[in-house]
Amino acid sequence: MSTVEERVKKIVCEQLGVKESEVQNSSSFVEDLGADSLDTVELVMALEEEFETEIPDEEAEKLASVQDAIDYIVAHT
Amino acid sequence: MSLEGKTALVTGATRGIGKAISLALAQQGAEVIGTATSKDGAETITANFSAAGVSGYGIVMNVADLESIEAGLKEIGDKTGAPLILVNNAGITRDNLLMRLKDDDWGAVLDTNLSSVYRTSKAVLRGMAKARWGRIINVSSVVASMGNPGQANYCAAKAGVEGFTRSLAKEMSNRGITANCVAPGFIDTDMTKQLDENQREAMLKNIPAGRLGQPEEVAAIVSFLASDIAGYVTGETIHVNGGMYMG
Repeated sequence: MSTVEERVKKIVCEQLGVKESEVQNSSSFVEDLGADSLDTVELVMALEEEFETEIPDEEAEKLASVQDAIDYIVAHT
Repeated sequence: MSLEGKTALVTGATRGIGKAISLALAQQGAEVIGTATSKDGAETITANFSAAGVSGYGIVMNVADLESIEAGLKEIGDKTGAPLILVNNAGITRDNLLMRLKDDDWGAVLDTNLSSVYRTSKAVLRGMAKARWGRIINVSSVVASMGNPGQANYCAAKAGVEGFTRSLAKEMSNRGITANCVAPGFIDTDMTKQLDENQREAMLKNIPAGRLGQPEEVAAIVSFLASDIAGYVTGETIHVNGGMYMG
């Protein structure tokens, strides 16, 4: 079983169409990985599905980087 | 213009324009689910598909109720697959001069004709975004552009649908999802049969084609907008009105 970090990074790669080598824990979805607002909504939807959880909108807005997403998933699943 | 393998959801499919749209999409190969507000209506829809020798079925869904929409979409998802074509056709009229219009008439028309489009569209977008392909087609009305005495509520709702559609088109275009409106004029359906003889005659005088439109003539445009080759048409309102209004 892959770790949360690996699974989050895999989804980020799939959703944003970036290479694994480009994705660092500190990467910002918008500034570093080129996500637009719709990309970030879709990314959250994909994370919800992968981890079978619901991320409330007010929490979703705070997920700006790969590390934010990993921390959220670890804390809430 | 094959729609083979695609699931299409058509609201208000029991009769009139909705029925014609359902059958037209099914004839293009889509698996069509039509909605009705009653069990009898849903059975009628299923029977309509069988009679035409195409595949599809009816379900009960109240577009004014989010829970009913979600339950219906779950049923469709389990049975057939997430809809990639949505036709928001369900609509009602509660006509009266504004000075006599009741709050209930205003509220019901806005809810069933406009808020419903918001609810159903939002509910299907996730599946379409995932598929990177989707078609949302909203049935508006020529009166959204022209205005019509006695229909302030209906005109407001339909004009709202057109504005909604343009925003949705801009938001989702780069995901392969288009959103358009079809604005019928005076079509031969139960809804226009409610008009009295004077209203009918006055309308006909203003239609260069000199006749009412047939539901199939609206359905043909919807079929086109649902197809792959219409992928570069989005945020548009296409009028089908025999020349009574030309934008």
